Amino acid sequence: MTLTKADLADLLFEQVGLNKREAKDMVEAFFEEIRTALESGDSVKLSGFGNFELRQKSERPGRNPKTGEEIPITARRVVTFHASQKLKLKVEEAYAGDRA
Amino acid sequence: MTKSELIANLAARFPQLVVKDAELSVKAIIDSMADNLASGERIEIRGFGSFSLNYRPPRLGRNPKTGSKVQVPEKYVPHFKAGKELRERVDLVE
Repeated sequence: MTLTKADLADLLFEQVGLNKREAKDMVEAFFEEIRTALESGDSVKLSGFGNFELRQKSERPGRNPKTGEEIPITARRVVTFHASQKLKLKVEEAYAGDRA
Repeated sequence: MTKSELIANLAARFPQLVVKDAELSVKAIIDSMADNLASGERIEIRGFGSFSLNYRPPRLGRNPKTGSKVQVPEKYVPHFKAGKELRERVDLVE
């Protein structure tokens, strides 16, 4: 059971009362706004959930795992996510005791 | 960008809706993602990324104040992996 954009759109239809079209567009726009902010170098802070941040990685040596050939991993900018304390606690508490 | 800025941007994108709709939508999406992760379910957003849980085994930690050893129980922590489109769009460095 995996949560997808379609599930989120159904939720906005049922809980917020958007029509099907608006619900689908809203979910798409939600993630597009986050992508656009990150693309422009801005971090995204969603209180109660977590922060999306950007990290600049410098070039480092890598290896083709199939051939063993050494090839450099080029410098790049990547997105990292840090869950908020609230989300971390929610996950920890949900698993405390069971799944031992 | 903060949550309130995100709400304002979305409200501007949907002039036919009231600001409250954008606010409720953001809250519903975030709450639903948090609830699903807490119940152990994955989240997969095509073009954005996926969220899942990573297992951390129990370990012996230390109280940094007193130096005494404490058993830290096993736990699950949220993990995000950026999707292809997001990866490519943020990596527009020269």
